[in-house]
Amino acid sequence: MALVKYNDRSLKDLTTTPAAAGGDTGALVLIKTLTASSSGTLSFVDGTDSVVLDDTYPIYKFEYINIHPATDGARFSVNFRDGGSSYDATKTTTMFATYHQEDDGESSGDRFAYQSGADLAQSTGVQRLTSSIGNADDETYSGELFLFNPSSTTFVKHFISRGSSVHDASANQDSFVAGYCNVTAAIDGVQFSMNSGNIDAGKIKLYGIKDA
Amino acid sequence: MTLPAEKLITINDRGARVATTFGSLTSGGANMVFIKKLTASSSATLSFVDGASSVVLDNTYKEYVFTFKNIHAATSGQTFTVNFRDGGTNYDATKTTTYFLTYQDEAGGGDVAVSYITSKDLAQSTSAQIISQDTNVDNDASISGYLHLFNPSSTTFVKHFIANTQSMNLSSGNPYSYQAFIAGYCNVTAAIDGVQFAMSSGNIDAGDICLYGIL
Repeated sequence: MALVKYNDRSLKDLTTTPAAAGGDTGALVLIKTLTASSSGTLSFVDGTDSVVLDDTYPIYKFEYINIHPATDGARFSVNFRDGGSSYDATKTTTMFATYHQEDDGESSGDRFAYQSGADLAQSTGVQRLTSSIGNADDETYSGELFLFNPSSTTFVKHFISRGSSVHDASANQDSFVAGYCNVTAAIDGVQFSMNSGNIDAGKIKLYGIKDA
Repeated sequence: MTLPAEKLITINDRGARVATTFGSLTSGGANMVFIKKLTASSSATLSFVDGASSVVLDNTYKEYVFTFKNIHAATSGQTFTVNFRDGGTNYDATKTTTYFLTYQDEAGGGDVAVSYITSKDLAQSTSAQIISQDTNVDNDASISGYLHLFNPSSTTFVKHFIANTQSMNLSSGNPYSYQAFIAGYCNVTAAIDGVQFAMSSGNIDAGDICLYGIL
């Protein structure tokens, strides 16, 4: 077979490959990874630190990987920026969850329930993505959030989140959160935080999903 | 020609094929392959048919994903639907499905719930499957979400699908946030070679639907 010669630099500097190698065919494009280290917030702002959050992609996907709170029982949250520098977009949302304790001791009504204290009705406050997360060494939260067409200046901005956490009552909780930023201004920033204390550790990845 | 003062390596086709890292390349992106985008413009239906208009919906991929971006209805109070083609030209595959949702009134007041909706599921029906609640035609209202279709080319198994949509809808004249969860299977062993989206009545005024294959 044909032999070709490369040096270390030619391979190290590659940023794209032919379609046959799979490099250019992917529709899910990694944009940015933020790693928490006793972080008060993790923010993705369009045009800052190589973050793209505009009309380049019609849909964006965030992945939360092993989000570990510094404070036992803290809740992981999100908010959106719709102009200016504040994360205060008006939102209407829903949240429900499934829940199962490690000792199987919860009441049946807790296993699947709407979380009426966690939803929002035209509020600018942060949106909870989880209930109370434990902060033992092995307790974290992982999941994903889709944000649809954030650059639209016509439509409200829909988002859908789901993730599994270790509840501080030693339980698995599968949290379903969705809603919309009820604004026609573009969303150009997304910020994650805990309602109490820092994000001790964990990664959040931002991807763009191509539509061409 | 002067070569840079660094180690030269020689690779052949096999060497490239088994490599695990190339500079800043990421491996995840290639797992999701864009196939086709359809944009509604007062469209009665949006259809993805294998072999037509560059659509691939066969055994090339074991899983397909449709994404919905800002689907805007022309007519108020209708539902967004999907149906599947299992041979011939009709979208009438027999389906058994489930449907539940969660909702919140913009006005607050505690009108919230997560509920199974018996009127929107199907039991061995060839009808279209509803995948979003009653539409709101306000300019800023729309439906977004996604649908996974698994192994549509199988001639052995039923064809499973899972959909999740988030929308601004109307209920008693008020805007609500609705999230709908739909899943089920086409209870056929014939291959599914076409998927069609429509409103229960009236047109899809605007919006994009993209089809992806999952490697």
